Amino acid sequence: MQKELIKLEHISKSFDGQMVLDDLELKIHENEFVTLLGPSGCGKTTTLRILGGFVHPDTGSVIFDGQNITNMPPNKRQLNTVFQKYALFTHMTIAENIAFGLKIKNKPKSYIEDKIQYALKLVNLEGYGKRMPDSLSGGQQQRIAIARAIVNEPKVLLLDEPLGALDLKLRQEMQYELIRMKNELGITFVYVTHDQEEALTMSDTIVVMNQGYIQQIGSPESIYNEPENAFVADFIGDSNIIAATMIEDKCVEILGTRFSCVDTGFGRSKPVDVVIRPEDVELVEPENGIITGVVTHLIFKGVHYEMEVMANGFEWLVHSTVLSPVGQKVGIRVDPFNIQIMNKPESEDEEAVALEL
Amino acid sequence: MRRTMNIVKKIYVALIFIFLYAPIATLIVLSFNASKTRAKWGGFTVNWYRSLIQDETILNALGTTLLIAFLSAFAASIIGTIACIAMSSMKRRNRAILMGITNIPMLNADIVTGISLMLLFISLGLKFGFGTILLSHITFNIPYVILSVLPRMKQLNPSVYEAALDLGASPVTAFFKVTLPDLMPGILSGFLMAFTMSLDDFIITHFTKGSGINTLSTKIYTEVRKGIKPEMYALSTIIFVTVLILLFLVNIAPEKKSPTDSSQ
Amino acid sequence: MNSKKNILATPYVVWSAVFIVIPLCMILYYGLTDKTGAFTLENIAAIASVGHARALWRSILLSVISTIICFLLAYPLAMILADKKGRAGGFIILLFILPMWMNFLLRTLAWQTLLEKTGVINGILSFLGLPSLRIINTSYAIVLGMVYNFLPFMVLPLYNALSKIDKNVINAAKDLGANKIQTFFHVILPLSVPGIISGITMVFVPALTTFVISTLLGGSKVLLIGNVIEQEFTQASNWHLGSGLSIVLMIFILINMIVTALFEKAEN
Repeated sequence: MQKELIKLEHISKSFDGQMVLDDLELKIHENEFVTLLGPSGCGKTTTLRILGGFVHPDTGSVIFDGQNITNMPPNKRQLNTVFQKYALFTHMTIAENIAFGLKIKNKPKSYIEDKIQYALKLVNLEGYGKRMPDSLSGGQQQRIAIARAIVNEPKVLLLDEPLGALDLKLRQEMQYELIRMKNELGITFVYVTHDQEEALTMSDTIVVMNQGYIQQIGSPESIYNEPENAFVADFIGDSNIIAATMIEDKCVEILGTRFSCVDTGFGRSKPVDVVIRPEDVELVEPENGIITGVVTHLIFKGVHYEMEVMANGFEWLVHSTVLSPVGQKVGIRVDPFNIQIMNKPESEDEEAVALEL
Repeated sequence: MRRTMNIVKKIYVALIFIFLYAPIATLIVLSFNASKTRAKWGGFTVNWYRSLIQDETILNALGTTLLIAFLSAFAASIIGTIACIAMSSMKRRNRAILMGITNIPMLNADIVTGISLMLLFISLGLKFGFGTILLSHITFNIPYVILSVLPRMKQLNPSVYEAALDLGASPVTAFFKVTLPDLMPGILSGFLMAFTMSLDDFIITHFTKGSGINTLSTKIYTEVRKGIKPEMYALSTIIFVTVLILLFLVNIAPEKKSPTDSSQ
Repeated sequence: MNSKKNILATPYVVWSAVFIVIPLCMILYYGLTDKTGAFTLENIAAIASVGHARALWRSILLSVISTIICFLLAYPLAMILADKKGRAGGFIILLFILPMWMNFLLRTLAWQTLLEKTGVINGILSFLGLPSLRIINTSYAIVLGMVYNFLPFMVLPLYNALSKIDKNVINAAKDLGANKIQTFFHVILPLSVPGIISGITMVFVPALTTFVISTLLGGSKVLLIGNVIEQEFTQASNWHLGSGLSIVLMIFILINMIVTALFEKAEN
């Protein structure tokens, strides 16, 4: 594991009496692509703004490279931010925008000129230096905002929903661009988004947040395959979340029927939640299924069919490349490996427990 | 550091407000001054408020001022709104010319506007009086209406008007039932702006009124040399307090209702 | 449909032709002719006569000073107000417009009471042991009257321009290493140029052309170009001379507009 670069310790923040972050703990390593993911109001942007120095935490400290920078103003920090909706200086040319930070630091003219050319090349906008920001498309403005930040050679780049204002195709293109730039620059990216697909595509580490608490920290695979609670499971991708009872190790009763699974250590006759991804639900001949049900809805989605199957009083969401028409009786099977068992939260605090990386 | 900065800011804002409101406080104090001259404080009295009710010249001037303000703002609202609708479908160049002309009364000096209208009325042989004041006020009020209706016009979604036609409304019905209500906030703020400008105008009225008629402004101006009647202070205090109360009602009332729609 | 809408344009087109364009042409006509109707430039050249030139110079000087003072007072104020969130700022702005509902002649006259030898301000000054102010009926009083009357016209456009600046743009400047002063000169000030320009125009033009403030606070000892023109029309009844001087005045307004427009262009 790489060297630890940023540490947030016991960070709390409230606005107008409303708690936005509650005793947050987070570590970010060198050269890591960390994504803060969550619905609006979960505290992800506030966390980023605390890192950037635009919001001062009520309690706790921000440690950067071993140094406490909690009270350091933004203009002194070795971090740079790419703002939501770009925040370009509309009264300056593209080149002047990019040169801003360097001119403030009184860098020599030739150095600035080289940096501008380098940055424009990095973001694939060579020759745009003399234009005004208004004459560029949203995607181009976004690239300039990134260029403006990276010429200052920050150790960390903070990105606040940078692709939110772009259309789908451009967004996907920019996702690859960002990964490429990060690899080329070799610096840490802290990225804020509410788009789970974006997070899964780009990140080394995803931090899922809700209501001011960190819900889970992990790689995209572990977040997707092994959600630790119902919130994460529900927020990342489609899933069937069903209340169930853990009968004993490796055996769970779902909707009155026993399924075998691989999890152990939950105790006996313990209420739990199970998560089953729709692509992991297999539809088979009724006599081969663990339970049986009837197809109630069918939609063609391109790569697969999306079906809903009514079985044991629950609407199962199913993704399959094989079509089963509405009204057909089907059997449902789930591979034991694909049943994810989660503890049932007993209180909201427990649901929102803060985790260490 | 941040706290002292905040105190400095508060003191600065307070000083500016003292500067702005000192004359108003003075006028209110003078309206209760028993002594007839401004220079001396002769004790508290409400006599000027009593004699104001009997002072026909002041009440006439007030009546003229309000009537002109209302009629000119009303006429300007109608002409201005029609002009906005017409401008929305004009050729670009023609619209630019018309907007340029519209800007003239706003950018030009009031004294020049007043003089130019005076020369016009003389050469047309019009009798100076209520009519000429009204024409002048409509003229300088129309730009205010246009400037507040036009932005609203640009935001209009043409599909809404088309939807009304599609649903069987005649163009006239569609206009009055759909387009006009959409423009109403702009028209209303234009009307209020025009009303205020007309009330406050002195210079243009001064050149276009002729003798025998006075608005409050011109009445005050003629009294400057011989001394302002204290009743005038009483009247302006009443007007000021009325506006103050109205503003508070308009601004405080919606604040109480707002929690439901402040969903952000 | 289009032709119908063109009919709608007729009332305003006619109105603006009769009440805006023709009157301006009449000023041009009177200003460029003598009493017999013959063409002359005398009325315009009259600005060079000692009395008129002095009045014009004084008007320019006082209005430039007033505009600068208004700007210096209004800018910090507008910044403070633009910083306030939503309602609070809007409400304070309302308090700025409120005084306009008290007749401006009366408000200006009230300064006489405040500035008099035995007035309120000198009362306070002598209480504090400071020397008394003797500015009533001088150019200083006129500047004060101009600043007082036109300050809101400077504050409002500045406030509008400043509150439109995206907070993140300011944050971006800080993020890129600019301190408060650098952020102000490199980002905030240039982005508020449209507000500065309309503020300057809205203060300079009425200050340059006023005859009321000088009459009320200058005690008819200080003549401005506005007073001269007003007297030509109401007392001397020399419309030709008055119109000629008005043309000169309009030329200055035009120069102001061109200069500010050029300044705005240079900024971009």
